[in-house]
Amino acid sequence: MSAYKGKYYDELIANAAYIGTPGKGILAADESTGTIGKRLSSINVENVESNRRALRELLFTAPGALQYLSGVILFEETLYQSTAAGKPFVEVLKEGGVLPGIKVDKGTVELAGTNGETTTQGLDGLAQRCQKYYEAGARFAKWRAVLNIGSNEPSQLAINENANGLARYAIICQENGLVPIVEPEILVDGPHDISKCAEVTERVLAAVYKALNDHHVLLEGTLLKPNMVTPGSDSKKVAPEVVAEYTVRALQRTMPAAVPAVVFLSGGQSEEEATLNLNAMNKLQGKKPWTLTFSFGRALQQSTLKAWAGKEENIPKAQAALLTRCKANSEATLGTYKGNATLAEGAAESLHVKDYKY
Amino acid sequence: MSAFVGKYAEELIKTAKYIATPGKGILAADESTGTIGKRLASINVENIELNRQALRELLFTSPNALSCLSGVILFEETLYQKTSDGKPFVEVLEENGVVPGIKVDKGTVELAGTNGETTTQGFDSLGARCSQYYKAGARFAKWRAVLKIGPTEPSELSIQQNAQGLARYAIICQENGLVPIVEPEVLTDGPHDIKKCAAVTETVLAAVYKALNDHHVLLEGTLLKPNMVTPGSDSPKVAAEVIAEHTVTALRRTVPPAVPGIVFLSGGQSEEEATFNLNAMNKLEVLKPWTLSFSFGRALQQSTLKTWGGKKENIGKAQEAFLARAKANSEASLGNYTGGSGTGLASESLFVKGYKY
Repeated sequence: MSAYKGKYYDELIANAAYIGTPGKGILAADESTGTIGKRLSSINVENVESNRRALRELLFTAPGALQYLSGVILFEETLYQSTAAGKPFVEVLKEGGVLPGIKVDKGTVELAGTNGETTTQGLDGLAQRCQKYYEAGARFAKWRAVLNIGSNEPSQLAINENANGLARYAIICQENGLVPIVEPEILVDGPHDISKCAEVTERVLAAVYKALNDHHVLLEGTLLKPNMVTPGSDSKKVAPEVVAEYTVRALQRTMPAAVPAVVFLSGGQSEEEATLNLNAMNKLQGKKPWTLTFSFGRALQQSTLKAWAGKEENIPKAQAALLTRCKANSEATLGTYKGNATLAEGAAESLHVKDYKY
Repeated sequence: MSAFVGKYAEELIKTAKYIATPGKGILAADESTGTIGKRLASINVENIELNRQALRELLFTSPNALSCLSGVILFEETLYQKTSDGKPFVEVLEENGVVPGIKVDKGTVELAGTNGETTTQGFDSLGARCSQYYKAGARFAKWRAVLKIGPTEPSELSIQQNAQGLARYAIICQENGLVPIVEPEVLTDGPHDIKKCAAVTETVLAAVYKALNDHHVLLEGTLLKPNMVTPGSDSPKVAAEVIAEHTVTALRRTVPPAVPGIVFLSGGQSEEEATFNLNAMNKLEVLKPWTLSFSFGRALQQSTLKTWGGKKENIGKAQEAFLARAKANSEASLGNYTGGSGTGLASESLFVKGYKY
């Protein structure tokens, strides 16, 4: 057969299409315990379960925010947490028309003999874990593969390993009812220009879609979470229109129309940068047979985090900041963002951290 | 670099886009001398240059037919031929907004150790040949790769060889100013059902586009000429809507939106069948980021050939038959075909088992 047609066929297609609803996008709130620890420490908050729970409650109960979201990616711990009043987060999201998603990879490990390139682990027992997550209410999953640009990178080995890993993860998800978000992130680190990023992105995406085809993945029941095509972090910035042109062209050259939506990662971009770039893509004239939307972590939460600073009395302010970014990005998916979102403290702040490890 | 952007990049993109103009398609008149001989023999006409020239003149001077076409694929001999008035065919086409194209492959050869699977030859001096054809007025090329469906076919070797071959041909064309039509034909021969054809077509197309990416081919300056997804020749026929659905799904899963147009081959389908199927695809309500049109040989020429019978006095009627098919397919490429534009000849199956060009 070409595409695997299992018992979740119709559901996968419906859920993937729903996540790609114009005007909506994904909040990536799946920071692992270690990573969220770094965020919390940046606002002097202790990394204990109650604080992690409090932050996520703040996000998921922000008035008016959920209408701009079609999905939220959760870390395993969060999937089983509840509000202070005892309502499971999964229910809060579902009632708000938001699909719960789950990060299923187990981080990266280095590929011996390469210059620090990595592959992603997490395939062992993945089927059973996906089943459990489905039972807990998750309907999509995420797996992050990482590549970088260097004089000899990404190597063919890195491309093949990561493409193959994404394809195995994707088909296992589909066998167990979860829409796989396929995330081949090419890090922005480096002095390369935007053409180089475009070339690498096209090569990587071509390999990814060949692998997905080899593994019989049902493209209509998947989403892609790629990097935007930008100059390297040590290179001069360019206008959003340029980022939009290179990014959309790279997708036109590699991404089949059967995939319903692209949900961009924000990398190290500031909140405002990410929104302006997404907006420019949606204003661009040209063939775009898939929705272009967001799956932002830092670029949705930065100002919110700073406004909260761990204090209960700051919750409304923090929630207002989240609403602002959600609304801005919702408009960006429609190409109607005017760039006038109230810039809370931190919205224009670059979120780039060299060699960022999740 | 990802896509090769040589000196012809803009021209390639423009030409490919033009060939993909909605409402227009391609006449595949590139039958090799041997193949056209079979056609002529079927109407008792001798296979000599004069007759080959006469047939092509009949086609290219058919009143109003050229407005339905954006391109014509020629065999090398024809590229240098003229009308009986002495006007080069290339000029006749150009004056009527039809881009001349050229078949550049040199047929298939068997892959040892396989069950009759083939690869396509034609690489030797291909760059130089393309350059010559460009000077003679050609602006696009065609190369036919052939795969078949069987219990162990297509084999991984056959898929890889043919995909690689198409990619090498494509980049060499682009280096020399010709838009490559990429043709990975999966033959209809066999008892398999439409789902099997769909699976094979998707696997083959995925391999083709991976190879094109590996070879830095500029997708915006190419066209695809695939088979429609149908049941095997020994399997019961299905409705046009079913063919449309399976075909468009296969293409949506594999052909990047950067490709401007898809021009189907007709295989062994009758003229009317091919037109109905194309029409159904264009009526399908689903997002299609490339145009869907025709690059028909037999399915455009069959009735014309029979009506002509090699006789000068039949030219007018034969040209009317040709116009009828050209117009029908033009309408089908817009989803506007309402049927019944052919004579009985139009419904005749053109399937020949193990067809060799």
